[in-house]
Amino acid sequence: MSFESEQHADDYWKENIRLMLILLGVWFAVSFGCGILLVEQLNTIRLGGFKLGFWFAQQGSIYVFLALIAVYVVKMNKLDRKYGVHEGDEEPEAPAQPLKEEYGQ
Amino acid sequence: MDIQTLTFLIVGVTFAVYIGIAVWSRAGSTNDFYVAGGGVHPVANGMATAADWMSAASFISMAGLISFMGYDGAVYLLGWTGGYVLLALCLAPYLRKFGKFTVPAFIGDRYYSNTARTVAVICAVFVCFTYVAGQMRGVGVVFSRFLEVDVTAGVIIGMAIVFFYAVLGGMKGITYTQVAQYCVLICAYLVPAIFISIMMTGHAIPQLGFGSELSDGSGTYLLDKLDGLSTELGFAEYTSGTKSTIDVFFITAALMVGTAGLPHVIVRFFTVPKVRDARKSAGWALLFIALLYTTAPAIATFARVNMIDTINGPDAQGTAYEEAPSWIGNWESTGLISWEDKNGDGKMFYSGDERNEMDIDRDIMVLANPEIADLPAWVIALVAAGGIAAALSTSAGLLLVISTSISHDLLKRNLMPRITEKQELGYARIASAVAVCIAGYLGINPPGFVAQVVAFAFGLAASSFFPAIIMGIFSKRMNKEGAIAGMLSGISFTALYIIYFKFINPAANTPDNWWFGISPEGIGTLGMLLNFGVAVAVARMTSDAPKHVQEMVASIRFPKGAGQASAH
Repeated sequence: MSFESEQHADDYWKENIRLMLILLGVWFAVSFGCGILLVEQLNTIRLGGFKLGFWFAQQGSIYVFLALIAVYVVKMNKLDRKYGVHEGDEEPEAPAQPLKEEYGQ
Repeated sequence: MDIQTLTFLIVGVTFAVYIGIAVWSRAGSTNDFYVAGGGVHPVANGMATAADWMSAASFISMAGLISFMGYDGAVYLLGWTGGYVLLALCLAPYLRKFGKFTVPAFIGDRYYSNTARTVAVICAVFVCFTYVAGQMRGVGVVFSRFLEVDVTAGVIIGMAIVFFYAVLGGMKGITYTQVAQYCVLICAYLVPAIFISIMMTGHAIPQLGFGSELSDGSGTYLLDKLDGLSTELGFAEYTSGTKSTIDVFFITAALMVGTAGLPHVIVRFFTVPKVRDARKSAGWALLFIALLYTTAPAIATFARVNMIDTINGPDAQGTAYEEAPSWIGNWESTGLISWEDKNGDGKMFYSGDERNEMDIDRDIMVLANPEIADLPAWVIALVAAGGIAAALSTSAGLLLVISTSISHDLLKRNLMPRITEKQELGYARIASAVAVCIAGYLGINPPGFVAQVVAFAFGLAASSFFPAIIMGIFSKRMNKEGAIAGMLSGISFTALYIIYFKFINPAANTPDNWWFGISPEGIGTLGMLLNFGVAVAVARMTSDAPKHVQEMVASIRFPKGAGQASAH
């Protein structure tokens, strides 16, 4: 166990799940919400030559997706450090372990 | 220089580069062959993933589809990008920590069952073959139009190239050639889009251009003009679309979840050194993909307006056939465009009602776009090279999954566990050589159902792999009985629904007969929900996963201690 305690492992996982659910909530809201379910209502608003719902469906959602992954990467790196389960910087990870020959299950 | 010489030159140079890279990065071990030695930089891996993912379908067909579908085309744009959010947040880091070579390996080990592993191998091989046949076909089309060799010769040349670097270099060769192929295909996609955007709207950025005013001084927005044209000609308004909301919802979800469950995409995240690289790499991959995917709807809009204007003429009365621009003749000879003078006035006319005299294949929109817009010859040559790069990079990635699933998961783990690493590598090469030949055969003699089968591949991935992997990570107690029952019920339900509407009774394939108004393209979403439901119910009734499996699940949930991906 790489965590200091069982409690830490639970807390880390809970924070991770919380972050994931928040980000997935935004993911759902922009793509399925603005781009599909609410598209007609949003289409009454204009953004230059775009109708807003159409823009979300064909452009906006994709930009939000990118932002979501960026936020996730930054926040998770912080969370890993907070609980001391990040990967070290020094190693180019255990120089190619020789492949073990294991037979069957 | 004429277009053909230029095309030969540019395509030839790119082929030389791919072969050079393959020779430089030969695989020496199974580790090299399966996961490129596990030392690929996240940015390079992101580019390789993007090239792997963006197939001939993305490059050649997608903008054309959107061009004809208008708003409804969003299902592809959202579906094929939104899946990366799921990958980055729910799959990639955990699978990287798990540290095995393949998706069937994860399913087999997590559910402590060779049956589960075999089911996963069969799904993976089936999904990949349906895909790769379409890619080879794409290579053939590009060759036949731009190099004027016949489709068969085109496919054989494509096969030879893929054979060379996939069989020799394995994942290592593929990864670095895919980086080069990404650069070729993205330039080929962006350059004509930028040219056309400047010509039509004065904006150098196509993503802004297609929401701007036309540069002809009329002050009309491009999309408004297109909406007007569409309604006048008897099509649905471009920005509104025709599919029902529930169908758009389900198709988008099936494509997203299918993307996150496709084995050739997942396996790319095993090649980076660390868990945090896997997260980052998914972000880079989406960035590189988004460059093309946000440009596609712009190209779709430009191409549609240009095409209607060229065919129907400035007065919207039709253009005389004798005065037709040369691209119409060029593409008529490939059979992808045709004209029938119904009213006998010698003029072409395109519309969505009975006045229509044109039959235009969606696939030519991207390839013909530079010709329609009268761009210089080198741009047309570049587009040809880009189309080939897109098809080759995806084929190579798919072939690798096929060969790995067979040599590693089926032979080494299930059937002949006593083979040495060297023999395993030999079998991997033989398997990919056989797979290239089958793919080539399917490319030359395409079964009529290739297009339909793509929906099949996504539906299957969505209804089988995705739930099994998600539950494998997020539920410690999920057991093999639940997972196997879930995969089998999800897959059979989805497969039966698609087979019924696509093959057994295609006449009934109308919204009135669909369950809840969900088309076969979107049914994978329902299959996925069924998979989750059955798995949870069965797992409740049977005993929890054994302790050592639960401990393994706990250990993939945090990054520390991730070694390189390994065989066992």
